[in-house]
Amino acid sequence: MSQQANGGSVSVDPQEVGKFARMAERWWDPEGEMKPLHAMNPTRIAFLRDCLTARFGGDATGVRPLSGLRLLDAGCGGGLLSEPLARLGAEMTGLDPSPETIKAAKAHAERQGLAIDYRCQSVEALAETDASFDAVLAMEVVEHVSDLTGFLDACARLVRPGGLCVVATINRTPKSFLLAKVGAEYLLRWLPPGTHDWRRFVRPSEVAAELRPSGFTVKEVVGVSFDPKSGGWRLSSNTAVNYILVAEKP
Amino acid sequence: MAAIGLKRRMAALDKRALTADLERMSAFVENTPLSGESAETITADVLIVGGGLVGSTLGCVLASAGIETVVVDREDPASVMEASFDGRASAIAAGSRHMMESVGLWAEVAAAQPIRDIRVTDGKVGRKASALSLHYDHREIGEPFGHIVENRELRKAQHRFIPKLETLRLLAPMGVSLVARRPDGVEAKLDDGRRVRAQLVCACDGRNSRLREDAGIKTTRWEYWQAGIVATVEHEKPHRGTAWEHFLPSGPFAMLPMVDAADGTHRSSIVWTERKDLSEWAVKLPDHAFGQELERRFGDRLGRLRPVGPRFRYPLSGLNASRYIDRRLALVGDAAHAIHPIAGQGLNMGLRDVAALAECIVDARRLGMDVGARGPLERYQRWRRVDNLALVAATDSLDRLFSTDIAPIRLARDLGLAAVDRLDPLKRVFMRHAMGTFGDLPRLIRGKPL
Repeated sequence: MSQQANGGSVSVDPQEVGKFARMAERWWDPEGEMKPLHAMNPTRIAFLRDCLTARFGGDATGVRPLSGLRLLDAGCGGGLLSEPLARLGAEMTGLDPSPETIKAAKAHAERQGLAIDYRCQSVEALAETDASFDAVLAMEVVEHVSDLTGFLDACARLVRPGGLCVVATINRTPKSFLLAKVGAEYLLRWLPPGTHDWRRFVRPSEVAAELRPSGFTVKEVVGVSFDPKSGGWRLSSNTAVNYILVAEKP
Repeated sequence: MAAIGLKRRMAALDKRALTADLERMSAFVENTPLSGESAETITADVLIVGGGLVGSTLGCVLASAGIETVVVDREDPASVMEASFDGRASAIAAGSRHMMESVGLWAEVAAAQPIRDIRVTDGKVGRKASALSLHYDHREIGEPFGHIVENRELRKAQHRFIPKLETLRLLAPMGVSLVARRPDGVEAKLDDGRRVRAQLVCACDGRNSRLREDAGIKTTRWEYWQAGIVATVEHEKPHRGTAWEHFLPSGPFAMLPMVDAADGTHRSSIVWTERKDLSEWAVKLPDHAFGQELERRFGDRLGRLRPVGPRFRYPLSGLNASRYIDRRLALVGDAAHAIHPIAGQGLNMGLRDVAALAECIVDARRLGMDVGARGPLERYQRWRRVDNLALVAATDSLDRLFSTDIAPIRLARDLGLAAVDRLDPLKRVFMRHAMGTFGDLPRLIRGKPL
C-alpha cells in the first residue's frame, strides 16, 4: 500500500482504509452513504470559516474569505471538506491513505475546476518533510486511526508557529455509544454497520493530552448536535457525542 | 416660469444622459466576435439565460455578492430601451425596492413615482363608482406601497449599474444554441461558438422558456376570457400619488400614477382588462375615442384623459411549472409562473424569486458549496412554490370575485370591502401582501444585506 511506498511509520489501519475505499465513488452522492457527512458539512464548514477568519483575518461574508491560507485536510476522503474550503480561497492539501479515494477526489476536483493538492500519503510521512500549514484539520478522522498519539503528533508538527490544529470527532460516552453507534449504524442506517468502533472514539481530554506536549493550548471545544426537527446539525454546548476541538500552537 | 425652465433643462439632461448611457454600453457590451475567436471558454459560477428585468436583476444581485455571473440575452440592449420595445410601467412593490436598494441598483433609477394611496372601488361602465370603497393609506404602514417605474427606466438603471460590477458579464445580443446540464456542471454553447461553463444555469427566458421545455418540466396553464390593454395617458389633474383599482364587470381597470413628464404633464399608466373581442376593438380606436372609453370607465377624477404613445394588448393567461428546478437548473420569474397581472404582482413575484434564489446561492457559496448542487436548489423550490401558489390562487379568486355582475354578490362584495376597510389588522395584512413584505421573506426583501 501507499503508506509503505512513502515510508515512515503509519497510524493507518488497513481494514479501515478498505472500508472507505469501497465507498469512494459514492462519496459525492448527498443521499448516498455519506449523507451524514453531507448533512453535517454546512455546520462544520461555517465553524471552520469563522474560526479561521477570526484567527487569521478575512471577511467571513465574502466569497473567498480563506484566501492566502495554507490548510491541510488530514484524512480528506473524497474531498467533501477540501473542495468547499478551496472554493473559499484556501490553498488546500488533502491526504488520504487510500489510492482509490485519492483518485476519486482528484477526478472530482478537476471536474469542478478546483486545484487541490491531493496526495496518497500518511500524515506521519508528510511530517517528515518541511511542509507546514496555517492550520491542520483532522475532521471525522481520528476515530479511524490505529495510533492516535503518532497521528496527532504528526499533525502537531505540521502546524506552523501561531497556527491552529482542529480536530472533529466523536466523544466516548454512553450517549455516543447509543447515538453514534447503535442509532446511526443499526437503527437509522445512516452509516453502514461497522463504520465506527466505539472503543476508538476519543474524549476531548485525550485529544488535548496528545497535543499538549507539542505546546498547544486548547482554545475551544464545541459540540455538534443533530437537530431532529430540521434534519440538520448545529453547534451546541453539548460535547457528549460529536465535537470540534481547536488548539493553537505558540 | 422658473419651474418650467428647470423642467426643460432636466429633460435635456435626461436625453444627454441616455445618449451617454448608450455610448458607455456599446463600449461595454461584447459584440459578436469575428469567426476564429470562437475557441474561448468563459468560466463562471452562475449562467443566466435571459436578460430581461428579472434576469438582469438576478445578475446584479448575485454579482454584487461577488458571485461570478454571466448573463446572456438575445435582445440588443440599445433597442430594449426604446419606448416601442416596451412602453409599459411596472409597480415595484416595497419589498422589491428594498432588494434593489440593498444592492445599489435603486439609486440608478432616475424616475420613480411613489404610491402613497391605493383606492379600490367597484362599479359599472358609465356609472359612478360605488360609495363603498377600500382605501389604503401608506401612513398606516410608514413607507410608500411601491413605486411606478417605466420598464425602460428600469432597463436603463440596470445598464448603468451592470458595468460597475466586476463579477458580472453581460453578453448581448447573443443566442444560446445548446445547454448541456451534466452531473458535475453546466456547459452552454453560444451562437458565436464560445462556451460558458458554470455550476448552475438560471432560466429567466420567460413564459415560453426553452430551458424549461428541454428539461421536460410540465406546466399547468389556464386561460382567462379577458385581455389586458396597457397604455400611458396624460391627464389634466395631478394624481397625488394615488393608484386606483376600479373593478368593473369585465375585470379590473387600474390607473397607476407615473412621474410627471419633463414638461410637467401629469401622466398615469392604465391597465384595462376587457373581454377579448372588445379589447381587440378598443386597442385600435383613434386617440380621441380611446380616451372617451377610458373616461367612461374611470370617470373624471383626473379630468380629461389623453392616450399617448404605443398601446399594448396581452391576452390574459396563467401558467405554473410543476417543478421549479431540475439538475443544475432553476426556473425564475415567468419561466416558473406567470399570473394574471391584476394586482401588478407578476414582476414582483419574479423579483421575490430573485431574492430567494440569490439567498440560497450566496448562502451555499459562503460555505464553499457547489451552488448548482441539489441542496441549494431544493431550498429555493421549497421556498418559492408555496408562496407563488398562494398568490396565484389569491389573484385568481380576487378576479373571479370582482368580475361579476350578479347583484347579491356585488352587494356582499361591497360590504366585504367596507368590512375590510374597518378591520385594521386585516387590512394591514392585505397591504403588506400588496407591498410584498408578508410571509417568509428573503433577507433582501426585508431590506437586509445578502
